[in-house]
Order: sequence, then C-alpha cells, then structure tokens
Amino acid sequence: MNILVFVKHVPDTETRVKVAPDGLRLDLSEANWVMSPYDEYAVEEALKLKEKLGGEVTAITAGNEESVKTLRTALAMGADKAVLCADGAFEGGDAAGTARVLAAAARKIPFDLILAGKHGVGDDNQQVGSLAAQLLGIPAVTVVTGLEVNGQDLVCKREIEGGTEVVAATTPALITCQKGLNEPRYPSLKGIMAAKKKEVATWKAADLGLDPGSVGAAGAAFEVRKLELPPPRPAGKVLSGELPDQVKELVRLLREEAKAI
Amino acid sequence: MKVLIFAEQRGGKVKKASLEALSAGRQLADATSGSVAAVILGLGIGGQAPGLAKFGADAVYVGDDAIFEKYSADVYGLGVGKAAQVFGADVLLFAASAMGKDLAPRVAARLDIGLLSDVTSFTMDGAIPVFTRPIYSGKAFSTVAPKAGKPFAVSLRPNVFPAVEKAGSGQVVPLEHGASASDVKAVVKEILTAEGGLLDVAEANVIVSGGRGMKGPENFKILEDLAKEVGGAVGASRAAVDSGWIGHSHQVGQTGKVVSPALYFAFGISGAIQHLAGMSSSKVIVAVNKDPEAPIFKVATYGIVGDLFEVVPLLTQAVKDLKAKG
Ligand SMILES: Cc1cc2nc3c(=O)[nH]c(=O)nc-3n(C[C@H](O)[C@H](O)[C@H](O)COP(=O)(O)OP(=O)(O)OC[C@H]3O[C@@H](n4cnc5c(N)ncnc54)[C@H](O)[C@@H]3O)c2cc1C
Ligand SMILES: Nc1ncnc2c1ncn2[C@@H]1O[C@H](COP(=O)(O)O)[C@@H](O)[C@H]1O
Repeated sequence: MNILVFVKHVPDTETRVKVAPDGLRLDLSEANWVMSPYDEYAVEEALKLKEKLGGEVTAITAGNEESVKTLRTALAMGADKAVLCADGAFEGGDAAGTARVLAAAARKIPFDLILAGKHGVGDDNQQVGSLAAQLLGIPAVTVVTGLEVNGQDLVCKREIEGGTEVVAATTPALITCQKGLNEPRYPSLKGIMAAKKKEVATWKAADLGLDPGSVGAAGAAFEVRKLELPPPRPAGKVLSGELPDQVKELVRLLREEAKAI
Repeated sequence: MKVLIFAEQRGGKVKKASLEALSAGRQLADATSGSVAAVILGLGIGGQAPGLAKFGADAVYVGDDAIFEKYSADVYGLGVGKAAQVFGADVLLFAASAMGKDLAPRVAARLDIGLLSDVTSFTMDGAIPVFTRPIYSGKAFSTVAPKAGKPFAVSLRPNVFPAVEKAGSGQVVPLEHGASASDVKAVVKEILTAEGGLLDVAEANVIVSGGRGMKGPENFKILEDLAKEVGGAVGASRAAVDSGWIGHSHQVGQTGKVVSPALYFAFGISGAIQHLAGMSSSKVIVAVNKDPEAPIFKVATYGIVGDLFEVVPLLTQAVKDLKAKG
C-alpha cells in the first residue's frame, strides 16, 4: 500500500503570538516551528500500515526551505521519501491554494491512501485534506480515531458530537487523523541519522503544472483586513473567607452578577 | 446577496447550530436586500421545511431521497452544490459542526469557491460582509473580506450566533440533485453514541472541566454530578486525557476542542497556554485550584483557592438548593 502523508510546518503550541506592525500578519519570528501535532498521527498511521502491508510512505509539504525540517522529522520517524512543494507563487495562499498544490503533487505519485491531519495548528482551517480529496476525485473521511484496512476496504471511526460514526470507504481515499488514532513514535537516533541521507525532492509550480494565478495570494478568495489579539479579560475576583461561604458567594455571583446559572 | 444555508438534520431533527446559521443568513440577506434559502437532505425530512421558514428561509430545497438517508459527503456535496447552482447562491453558510466541517470544504472545492472556517462574528462594510474568525485556537483573531464578485462559503461556530425566529416565505422546492448510488464512495454505516448520550463539550452551554488535580478517573463522577445539576458537559485538560482518566473527545484546548460556552468551570487545571487557547473566550470562567499562583486565575471571572474535592460537592449541593428555591 503506497501512502502519501501531508505534513505542515507550523509554530508550536507554546507560541505566544504577536501581531506585526502592519496589523495584517502575525509576527512569528520568535516561534519554534514543528510538524503540526495532528500530522504526527498521520505519519504514525502511515508507518504502521506500511509495516503491516508493505509499500512506500511519502511525506509531502507545501511550504518553503524551512519546512524541510518537518519533512526530516517525517523521514526520521520512518517515511521513505519526502517532497517539498515550494515556489514564490505559493506565498500568501489560503487553504484552497495549498490544496491545489498538494493535489497536483499527489497526481505525480501513485498512491492508495492519503493521510493528513485533522487540522493544521495555527490557521485552524480544517479544510486542506477534504479540499484536496475533492480535487482528486477521491472520498475523504475526516477526524478519524480508528482505521481498519482490509484490502481496498476501509472502516473508519470518526468523532462527531456526543458519539462516533463508523464510515466505510474504499481506496483510493484520504483520511484526516485525530488524536486517539495512535501514539506517534519518537524518531530514533538511527532514524534521525538515516533521514539526513534521504533525498528531499523540490517541486515548483511549473513541475506541478500549476497556473500561478490559481495559487498563492493571487488565488486566494479572501483578503485580510486586520489581525488582532483577543481583548484582555477583565480582572476577575478571587473569593475569600471560609470555603463553604466562598461557595455560597460563588453561586450568588453566578446567579445575580453573571446570570450564568 | 443570495444566501444558502445547509440545514443539517440528524434523526429528522434540524440542528440548533443550523438554525443559528439560518438566522445569521437572514441578517446577511436583509443587510443586502437579498434572500435566503435552506437546503435539507435526508429521508422522510419533507416535514422540516416549515420549521426552516420560521427561522428565515424564503425557499427550502428539499432532497428527500433514500440516497441521503445515511450521511455521505460525496452525495451530500453533490446535493448542496446543486442547490447552490439552482438558487444562484452568492454565499453558502454551514454550521461548523462535525458534519458541517466535513461537508463544507467538499462543496467549496466542488464549486471552486473559497471557504472560511469557524467564523465567530461578522459586520457589514457597505455591501461587503466582513468576517472574523479565531486563529491559533483563539490566541488571535483574523478579520477578512471576500474578494469582489465571487461566491464564497463560510462555516459558523456553533453556540455563538443566536437563533432568532423571523419568518421567511418558505417556498418548498424539491431538489433535482442528480445523485446516484455510484456517487457514494464513503458512507456512514453506523452511529455509536457516547456513554449515555452525554452532551458534547462542543455543543454545551456550560462545561465542567477537570485536570490533573482530579487525581484519578473515579473522581470524575463528582464533575458529572455537578454537570448534571447545571445542565453541562464534562471537559478535561490534556493531562487528564493523557492519563487515561477520560476520553479524548472531552479534551479542551489547542489540540482538543475550542469552546466558548456561557460558563466554564476549571477544577484542578493549571491553565497552560494550550488549555487557555481552547477556553478563554468562554463568557464566564470559574477556576478552583489549590495553587494561588496558577495561571488559570489570570483568565478566571471568579476564583476559589482551595481543594476541589471540598469545593465540588459543596457547589453541587448549593446549585441543587438554589434550584429547589426556584
Ligand atoms: C503539542 C501540545 C498540545 C497540547 N494541547 C493541549 C490541549 O489541547 N489541552 C490541554 O489542556 N493541554 C494541552 N497541552 C498540555 C499543556 O501544556 C499542559 O500540560 C496541560 O494542560 C496541563 O493539564 P493540567 O492543568 O490538568 O495539569 P497540571 O498543569 O499538572 O495542573 C494541575 C493543577 O491542579 C491543581 N490541583 C492539584 N490538586 C488539586 C486539588 N485537590 N484541588 C484543586 N486544585 C488542585 C494544581 O495546583 C495544578 O495547578 C498540550 C501540550 C502540547 C505540547
Ligand atoms: N502547507 C501544507 N503542506 C502540507 N500539508 C498541509 C499543508 N496545509 C495543510 N496541510 C494538511 O492538511 C491538514 C489540515 O490543515 P488545515 O486545513 O490547514 O487545517 C494538515 O494537518 C496537513 O495534513
């Protein structure tokens, strides 16, 4: 089974975001960049399937030179190949632009399954996997916490409000991975050394047969008007006194002041 | 503007979040002298149209067909795409529910239009709607406008926009969807409901969360008791989830669910940046923690420095007493 994994290079979840002086971008210069946490589940699932069924795992990212770090992480975990899709024309793109790039890359590599993260930490779009699947004409099953593969048949468990949906699909298909699907492995020292020797291919817009007008800022459907931090929360009250009295006071405040119960 | 809302139903009942989207759609249409349509797909759901008219739909496209009995993004995408074309939609609205988040990008790619996820507010700049959505799980907010002249889609975060009754003309239009069995590539076979059909944190108005301070899975019972009294759902920090004390569907935070309930209780949760990202837009936050220096107190509306094992039972009893008094 040949598997493609979409991995995104993002600021880690510890990042304290700042707005750039132009008010239209975030200043992420101090962030530590890593593989988006959900993509770790995708890589892990791909490796588990490969160990069971054979085939190749190829990690793909749309980004820039920096994103190679995340590809190396995937390689160190055990992926066989890695592809960086990078081109000045991709800059400033939205989820649809990214999906066009990734779908174009996927068309160049024979695959049975594509694994992506549930969502990319930061932009929080929860779109790219499904968009790419639609462009490729394959089904997508999203927010998956359990996956069984029997030949071409897939049985997926996906999280919904207050329960789980069991979804049946057949390959080729795309799956977005949610926490609970597996426990991502840490790259071993041996894996890290081996990853340094593996080749990372770089594909540009022309290699992917993409019209520069359909991707990047030119292809984006929306324009940013403003980025801002949330307003600080008004200072709260820390109660005092005997504990039972504090609880009484809390209930009174919740009812009378906050009107929350 | 012509606004089309995907009216999500489960078990023949339209979701509240879809009525919220419908009301938001009505507001958008009214601000631009436009009209509102809803599209509903399922089997035996024809009777839902009047309910949608009550919340503002001028037209209801009804795909009442066995092909829509079980959710499949493949054919639901076809159906919604068809409705958008027939109606000539300028804007498509979805609730950012599990189904909405699955379906919206499929429809957007099918129609080759842009999609904004999880919008929490919008305003009008003349005739142009301007949307705001949290990014970095609410560590920042991004405000964007659609580029002129192209239709676009938006998913709206549940529990944020009010559902307001405002009658639309409610003309029923059977949907010529053109979907057939060969279009179904992935389909829901079965739905397993969570233990006792518990309320999901993503849909709850009140959330009672516990963290590592809960000390063990057996202690979550006291949170369930409180949740029952206040009509809420039980949430958790990642520390509690990773310890195996509660399922990950309860996790609140940057890599869990991002929630904005009317009331959020944090018991034995320190307030790590990833947890705060998921809940600090809650309207009222109550924190109970032994450590007066815990960062959770920085976002709390009300705080009690103390042992949660003393506070929770007292609180549950106090709420009970309050309810008994009426
Ligand atoms: C990539 C990544 C993603 C993450 N995503 C999330 C996420 O989505 N959600 C999330 O929550 N975390 C997330 N985290 C983890 C986060 O960094 C913290 O480790 C976690 O939130 C801590 O959980 P906690 O507050 O329950 O535990 P702790 O930080 O250990 O705090 C426990 C608190 O309980 C208090 N306490 C103990 N006993 C009692 C008692 N009897 N009564 C009252 N108070 C008591 C203590 O004073 C302490 O403040 C993520 C981390 C990473 C690296
Ligand atoms: N630039 C990118 N490169 C590779 N994969 C991506 C990229 N952006 C998003 N993805 C994939 O799509 C998933 C969902 O991302 P998003 O739609 O941005 O929330 C991620 O978890 C990745 O698997």
